[in-house]
Amino acid sequence: MKIKITTKELKSDFAKEVKERSGIDVKKCYQCGKCTAGCPVAYEMDYMPNQIIRFVQLGLRREALTSRTIWLCASCITCSTRCPKEVKIAELMDVLREMALEEGVANPMEKNITTFHEAFLNSVKKHGRISEFWMLSEYKRKRPKTALQDIEIGPQLMLKGKLSLTPHDIKGKKSIKRIFEKFK
Amino acid sequence: MSKKIGVFVCHCGTNISATVDVEKVAEEAKKNNPGVSYTTTYKYMCSDPGQKLLRDKIKEEGLDGVVVAACSPKMHEHTFRNAAKKAGMNPYHVEISNLREQCSWVHPDKPTGTEKSIDLVRMMTEKTRKDKSLNPIKVPVTKRALVIGGGIAGIQAALDIADAGHEVIMVEREASIGGHMAQLSETFPTLDCSQCIMTPKMVELAQNENIKLYTWSEIESVDGYLGNFDVKIRKKARSVDLDLCTGCSSCWQVCPSKKIKSEFDMKLGNRTAIYIPFPQAIPSKPVIDREHCLLFKDARKKNIPPNDSKVCRKCLDVCPIAPVKAIDYSQEDEFITEKIGAIIVATGFKELDDTSMYGEYGGGKYQDVITGLQFERLASASGPTEGEIQRPSDGKLPEIIVFIQCVGSRDPAKGCSYCSKTCCMYTAKHTMLYKHKVHDGHAYVFYIDIRCAGKDYEEFWLRAVEEEGATYLRGRVSRIYKKGDKLVVLGADTLTGSVVEIEADMVVLASAMKAQDDAEKFAQKLSIQYNKDKFFSEIHPKLKPVESSSAGIFLAGTCQGPKDIPETVAQAGAAASKVLALLSADELEREPVVAKVDRLPAPIFSTCIGCFYCKRVCPYGAIAEEDIKARDGSVIKTVARVNEGLCQGCGLCAATCRSKSVELAGFNDEQVYAEINSVEFN
Repeated sequence: MKIKITTKELKSDFAKEVKERSGIDVKKCYQCGKCTAGCPVAYEMDYMPNQIIRFVQLGLRREALTSRTIWLCASCITCSTRCPKEVKIAELMDVLREMALEEGVANPMEKNITTFHEAFLNSVKKHGRISEFWMLSEYKRKRPKTALQDIEIGPQLMLKGKLSLTPHDIKGKKSIKRIFEKFK
Repeated sequence: MSKKIGVFVCHCGTNISATVDVEKVAEEAKKNNPGVSYTTTYKYMCSDPGQKLLRDKIKEEGLDGVVVAACSPKMHEHTFRNAAKKAGMNPYHVEISNLREQCSWVHPDKPTGTEKSIDLVRMMTEKTRKDKSLNPIKVPVTKRALVIGGGIAGIQAALDIADAGHEVIMVEREASIGGHMAQLSETFPTLDCSQCIMTPKMVELAQNENIKLYTWSEIESVDGYLGNFDVKIRKKARSVDLDLCTGCSSCWQVCPSKKIKSEFDMKLGNRTAIYIPFPQAIPSKPVIDREHCLLFKDARKKNIPPNDSKVCRKCLDVCPIAPVKAIDYSQEDEFITEKIGAIIVATGFKELDDTSMYGEYGGGKYQDVITGLQFERLASASGPTEGEIQRPSDGKLPEIIVFIQCVGSRDPAKGCSYCSKTCCMYTAKHTMLYKHKVHDGHAYVFYIDIRCAGKDYEEFWLRAVEEEGATYLRGRVSRIYKKGDKLVVLGADTLTGSVVEIEADMVVLASAMKAQDDAEKFAQKLSIQYNKDKFFSEIHPKLKPVESSSAGIFLAGTCQGPKDIPETVAQAGAAASKVLALLSADELEREPVVAKVDRLPAPIFSTCIGCFYCKRVCPYGAIAEEDIKARDGSVIKTVARVNEGLCQGCGLCAATCRSKSVELAGFNDEQVYAEINSVEFN
């Protein structure tokens, strides 16, 4: 995708809006690339993490909010931990995801990812931990296009006892329930 | 009687001994060489015990010649000659055979290195055999310094020397001292007003009784040598008598030529034909710009003396000084010769103001594309807009300013290859000054790299970005074109890999710092060296940063290369301390390794045939023409003579001389041939 920056983008309040919502001041970033260098999923991203910050700096709203990068971010916080200017990059990704959803411009891959998150949380809610089998079956039911994805490794995992059909609940399920209630 | 020579071979730790068999070199030095009476090797000859060994052996063995086979003579020749002197030997009987830089460091192979070392030592032994005693040349010192250029570098150097109690003569070619620093609005990284910190120094200089100031004056010629320069100064006709004038301002108020572009305001403002460049000028007395003054124009046209022209004499008429008016149209250039001991060159830089080669930036055609120094004048309270940021074309307040860094700098194709060093910082400063005055304005900066190395510098430019909100775009500008009253700037941001299009109201080019237009000619006048960019060269980039290639001439400030104010002031102080060291002695001792043109009895007088090829090749201007006269005063012949004070002993004249009339002490033909003939060719 070709990007063109004009006075309109440069004068826009995108960075200000991000700062108001998250407290993150992207102006502090001097584009050293330390975040990108340490990012474990950068190889899959369409734009590098530092480029996402650059987009926010220069008011390139569309580029930032429609990127795959913000959805691929696994929130491992390596970037935020290492940033010499203490820019909270992982947290910035969170805000950008929120804004993308609100504005309905999120990248199509977002649907898979949010569904996966939902399946993950549902499993935790139910069992206090995840049951890989039931979580994946929920995810694949809701996203039929992914039904056959990675299916061939299923039997191997089962043989190794990594994909148990019976979920194992934890003892403190009540506490987990309370957490969910708190953040409803 | 042949000399008794001692050969001392240094291991230099393992620097030499790893690739040269030093014991064998010492042994071979003695073989078939009856003159060599003593040889030894030592781990570090330059150490205290090493020097003691040299001294002791000179006495014990009764040596009258020494060869030290060690590192380059540039390193320790002085050390060993001093040691020999302490042992009672004339130091010029000590020669250095360079086994380190010219042998062990460059040859990986031990047998070859050893063989070459043996040759090198034999060559020096042969030379030493023919060494003659030399005595340092003593030159008297005139205890007066000359500072050329009245910018911050010159002012600082002059004050430092004058405060130490020596006389200083300052020559400034403009009508006032102050230089570029007086033009600046505020200074990085503290944002204090430039004039506020500059003018106290200017006043201090004017009031210092040890400093004699010549403004509106230029250096006509520099003759003589270290400690004894004769400097001819041209006092350009000012048309105003500095002693009579009180600087009352009546004359420039009535001058009818009011639309002359002010050089001080970088052509953004106007001045009159009789003018002072800026309100705090020193001296605060005007000068008549003869090119633009109606009276002088008329006189030139009619080819009459200016006093006879009756076109406009308003300034003279209004001048309240009586009975003799301070204005004098008939003044002519005056020449003054001053005796000087040491010179500081502080002639400054010139901003790249002609951007016609940059068609992409409008090629100098657009009024609203200005240079950095022009922006300084716009932002300055003493400037043409009284510090308001107005664009030159219509006086409108610019809502968007684009700053372009590296205009001329780092551009070997069209500009200069070097980095001008100050532009990153002054551009950051410009964005701040702009944002302070236009709060909702937008500043965009195109840059290649940000180079803000200096105390508090990094923090300063980050402040421009983080606190003042300047937007930096990493890339260059490809085109600027007009669209209505806007300037559309097309560029790139390589961090996003995208093209950028900004509709700006004004563009500021961070122009390069260049050498003065006449730097080359000036350097030739002083016989100092300069680099490809016409900046004056220091003699050693690290260890002699303020010494020029000519003894007694020192460099300060931007005439030596781009630098900012703190660095300029530091360098000026350094140059002043060098001058003070010179002026503190009554007599100076110089190396006697100088050239000499022979003199013979009549009727030959000298074998010199007077071709003066030597004069042409001498980089130091040390060769003079001397008339040999008969008793009646008639010139018999004109021959060359070497000025011992100026000669640096490079030997170019000796090598060039066709009649073999020039001899370089310590390196005469006999010695050089002895060295060459001692090498066994196989």
